[in-house]
Amino acid sequence: MSNIIRNDILTPVSSKRTTKEKLFKICGLSAIIFALSMLVILFTTIFSKGYSAFYQTRIKLDINFNEELIDPTGAREITTLNTADYSKLISQSLFKFLNIDKSHPKSSEIKSLISYNSFLTLRDRVLNDPDIIGKTKKINLIASDDVDQMLKGNINISIPEENRKITDFQIEAIEKFKSNGNILTVFNKTLFTKSDSREPEVSGVLGAIIGSFYCLFVAACISVPIGIFAAIFLQEFAKKNKVTDFIEININNLAAVPSIVFGLLGLSVFINFFHLPRSSPIVGGLVLALMSLPTIVIVTRASLLAVPGTIKDGAIALGASKMQAIFNQVLPLATPGICTGVIIALARALGETAPLLMIGMIAFIPDTPIAITDPATALPAQIFMWADHPERAFVERTSAAILILLSFLIVMNAAAIYIRHKFEKKW
Amino acid sequence: MYIILAILVCAFYGFYIGKKKPLRLIQNKDLTKLNSSPNYHGYYVFLWCLIPAIITFLTLNFFSNFLIKQIVLDLVPEIESIAKTNIEFVYNQIKTMASGTADAFSADEKLIVAAEKYNELISISNASIFVICICLSSFLLIFIKKKINLEFPARKKVEKFIKLFLLICSIVAILTTVGIVLSLFFESLKFFKQIYFFDFIFGTHWSPQIAIREDQVGSSGAFGSIPVLAGTFLITLIAMFIAVPIGLFSAIYLSDYAHKKVRSILKPLIEVLAGIPTIVYGFFAALTVGPFIRMAGESIGLDIVSESALCAGLVMGIMIIPFISSLSDDIILAVPQRLKDGSYALGATKSETMIKIILPAALPGIVGSILLAVSRAIGETMIVVMAAGMSARLTANPFEAVTTVTVQIVTLLTGDQEFDNPKTLAAFALGLELFILTLFLNLIALRIVKKYREKYE
Repeated sequence: MSNIIRNDILTPVSSKRTTKEKLFKICGLSAIIFALSMLVILFTTIFSKGYSAFYQTRIKLDINFNEELIDPTGAREITTLNTADYSKLISQSLFKFLNIDKSHPKSSEIKSLISYNSFLTLRDRVLNDPDIIGKTKKINLIASDDVDQMLKGNINISIPEENRKITDFQIEAIEKFKSNGNILTVFNKTLFTKSDSREPEVSGVLGAIIGSFYCLFVAACISVPIGIFAAIFLQEFAKKNKVTDFIEININNLAAVPSIVFGLLGLSVFINFFHLPRSSPIVGGLVLALMSLPTIVIVTRASLLAVPGTIKDGAIALGASKMQAIFNQVLPLATPGICTGVIIALARALGETAPLLMIGMIAFIPDTPIAITDPATALPAQIFMWADHPERAFVERTSAAILILLSFLIVMNAAAIYIRHKFEKKW
Repeated sequence: MYIILAILVCAFYGFYIGKKKPLRLIQNKDLTKLNSSPNYHGYYVFLWCLIPAIITFLTLNFFSNFLIKQIVLDLVPEIESIAKTNIEFVYNQIKTMASGTADAFSADEKLIVAAEKYNELISISNASIFVICICLSSFLLIFIKKKINLEFPARKKVEKFIKLFLLICSIVAILTTVGIVLSLFFESLKFFKQIYFFDFIFGTHWSPQIAIREDQVGSSGAFGSIPVLAGTFLITLIAMFIAVPIGLFSAIYLSDYAHKKVRSILKPLIEVLAGIPTIVYGFFAALTVGPFIRMAGESIGLDIVSESALCAGLVMGIMIIPFISSLSDDIILAVPQRLKDGSYALGATKSETMIKIILPAALPGIVGSILLAVSRAIGETMIVVMAAGMSARLTANPFEAVTTVTVQIVTLLTGDQEFDNPKTLAAFALGLELFILTLFLNLIALRIVKKYREKYE
């Protein structure tokens, strides 16, 4: 007998076997730790790169609204006020503060401390309140992205001057502003109230958020009813035959088709065949709808299946038709599960980028879309475009846009989990 | 818009009439005399008033728009000489002028005439469509109302309609597949008319940039898809090297070692990895992993570019982990307890049971989940677009930049699109290749998983 039974099986605590067992367990544990640490690294990198975009540097300047410069005739006509040279007001104020002359060789370096678009702030101020002309006011102007990045410590000022984006003379000026308390750090409202721009300091994600919202709205309007109805048909009414088998295989396969293929479909069918406007949220929404449809069908079927058949039988026994039993009894009971699935499917659609690239939603669009047929961009597409810009300020904004996108996703998923825990019945 | 509103008003009125009529017919409010409850009569009339009128409205609208376009464009005499894409442009110009938003003074005289004609025709067609639809709707209302009597089986008819509607909804899924296949197929067909089919399938040189002038270098372009496919498989292979062991070990630990409470926390946490948008992974790869790999390579004397196959594969592997771990976890748990019990009873340890009993039993399901993960890795776009580079070279070196099918589709289609140029059409041929490849993987994987489930259920 002892020849047949190997020694190590007879002794259950043989050291070789226990080490093997321990090793196996450690492998499993380290796999999980690896996966989770990757998650942590991902979030911390994005967060550490992006949080600084939520505040922004402003420079407080005494602006003299010189009447001779803005409106020499004193007639206060809108066109004169609109076309006045407001950037001159800014540069005058800058020169006055720093005690330099207009003819100073480095005066253009000083001008570029303030964001190029700041004259618009002054113009709006004057148009809102023409009485301001002739007075001197303290106004906070957005600093240029280089100043902002330097103050956030993202520009290494110890390297030679010609290798960095900010000159010694500019640093000197910034120090002077700083010591006078004229540098302010405020919450970056621009990020949420403006759309894309060439200048990083005045670019924001509002247009992209609205574009994403429109896309999601169109997608939900189409895919949710169709998906739920299709699932009801397949789960409750379809007879087991070749056709329903085919539909089922189809749906399962569609759920695993690469998203970029849906983009190609959108391009050749919706844009080239139906001539819907390119880059518009309606096309984006249609593509996302087709993409999330299979997921919605699958989760709806699972929720319908989870409702015990006795409920339907009970309703039918009381004289309800099959249709009434399903729509009045089974469907309401399956609703929490369906809601959860739908929200998760839409959250996935919200983060989808590849199909949007195919239908041209990555154009530079500085306007905020009004209608669903306007050219627009979406949040993930905006992230993709910003990620391509070399400026350090855009890296920061890309990360911030990712944080905004992730917070939307977290809210949606949290809602899904809440609904599942709160309303779902266990049978 | 107001036409639909009018039809809806008519339909709701129909609902009201349909509901009232059976109530008037019965005496003493004895509802048992009725075949169906009065609401169903209402729905019945409602549907008859709504659906035919809406369908008529849509078809008439389509045809009238088509006709108006023909008539209006005939007024612009130079139209024959204009290219096809410009016709759309001219027509849009006329439309904006007709709506009064464009500056009429700067425009061509003939376009103004066309715009006026357009306005006139639109009002005529709208009015006639309105009359036709409302007449149809009200005619049906009166006609259907006459049909209603005590024995009328309204519920059955309404339910039949609903069932048909449900069927139509589920056919949308088939239509989507048909749409994908047809659109990819026809655009690819155009491509293969210009590029020899076998050159595409077996060619080993890929440079789709076609020079504008004939005499420039590379004026013909080369469309051999082998290097592109090789890059795709290289990155997928790297991703699988990361994802399969880690995903599988996570699944084993979660299903067999972890306490139930720990499992209920860890599993969703790992699944968060699958919920993160791929664009975020792409940014992570390009910004953090790429430079990190390059630095690590420098420190051991290797010259690695920032955009390497390794970087894209690594990050994609991380993304794929939950796809493997979640499905494998479910599959391992589905192995019947009696198999495990038998093994433990014979004195085997947990790891021995796992390796010798559970994994062989669960193997088909695990293979299925891995195939699904492979299919996802092949079709993944954003990570490779941001981290893998563009150069199509035939290499097995993971430290070099390679390109993938999805990257090429994106680069070919994000510039100017010309649908008579093989450069744009090549994207659809690649798309078709991608679709067929993933279709095979999906079908095999789904079949294996389904068979496996049936075995133990």
